[in-house]
Amino acid sequence: MNVAAGSEQAFAFLRKLIYDNSAIVLEADKRYLLEARLGPMLTREHLGSFDELVARLNGGNSGPLRQRVLEAVTTHETSFFRDLHPFEMFRKTVIPRLLNERAAAKRLNIWCGASSTGQEPYTIAFIMRECGLQLGGWTIDFVATDLSEEVLSRARNGMFSQLEVNRGLPVPMLIKYFDKVGLEFQVKADLRKMIAFRKLNLMEAWPSMPEMDVVFMRNVLIYFDVPTKKRILERLARTVRPGGYLFLGTVESTHNLSSSFQAVQVGNATCYQRTT
Amino acid sequence: MRALIVDDSKTMRRIVGKVVKENGFDTIIEAENGEQAMARLRDVAQEPVHLALVDWNMPVMDGLSFVKTARAEGFAELPIIMITTEGSMEYVTRAIEAGANEYLMKPFTKESLHDKLVLLGFETPT
Repeated sequence: MNVAAGSEQAFAFLRKLIYDNSAIVLEADKRYLLEARLGPMLTREHLGSFDELVARLNGGNSGPLRQRVLEAVTTHETSFFRDLHPFEMFRKTVIPRLLNERAAAKRLNIWCGASSTGQEPYTIAFIMRECGLQLGGWTIDFVATDLSEEVLSRARNGMFSQLEVNRGLPVPMLIKYFDKVGLEFQVKADLRKMIAFRKLNLMEAWPSMPEMDVVFMRNVLIYFDVPTKKRILERLARTVRPGGYLFLGTVESTHNLSSSFQAVQVGNATCYQRTT
Repeated sequence: MRALIVDDSKTMRRIVGKVVKENGFDTIIEAENGEQAMARLRDVAQEPVHLALVDWNMPVMDGLSFVKTARAEGFAELPIIMITTEGSMEYVTRAIEAGANEYLMKPFTKESLHDKLVLLGFETPT
């Protein structure tokens, strides 16, 4: 593999830049991750080394370049129905409970806090559609956010390659919810319209949001240090309505980080219910 | 667990077989076309298979005919994954309407085949 050169100082600078702007902690031994994520960017920007990248970042008018660095590092692997079990739990346990608890208002507020290229929010949208939500007079306010404009734009467009729809998506849903457009597959317009995609950096101020019935914040906390995890969970505790649900990644939990959530386990899946 | 791999390409049978083995199947049975595969299913002297992975385009009996024949002959519970280069919605729909449970488009990654196995309830660690 052809890996561009970079001094330890350059990588230390990049680690600090990423921490200061996104609170993502990259230890010194994660240099390979920076090389993998930022290497292709050096080629695109016609830069010969990571030191040149740092020099450019230290120069004038480096805001857009800084944004591109952050986007390259914070774009994570995603797939439809990633880990499957949390989504089964959402469909079989959480939605029936919410249909009961919110029957009077017939309204649900849902937030997907790491939308990436859209696979996760669309998975949630497909499940809601399968459960007949929105068809029975319910109002769904569904917001999906991400740090990166680039991935948000892809998510809004709802266009996925064959390799992407091969991953995790049950084929009956491919037939029902996608159109083939050239060689790609696009989520049908009515489903795309269900979701408001917005830019949000979890480290900055959160916009005013309604009390959420369900928040998906999966595979996000894993990148942060403990004080930041606690801070985000504190803000989530104010965002999720008492009795509402929080879904984290499979290797994440609120254990020792927040007392505002109680684990709910069904089969192989766990989610966290806001204490009342 | 036993998986039946139906493909006229030996290379493809080997690739699919390797991934399926990595996902907890211990016995791989190979067939070069739908007719051979049906003969194996009908053979009551042999132990039943738990999963069939079937190519679409094959000589003698193609994958779609295999799916229709297997369902018509009472193999209703056998999970069948169609693995094919055919990527149009028309083909995908025809396969599912004929009774295939899942559909994987070539080229595919081993992770995507793993995902399909999980969707069909064959749970193994990644």
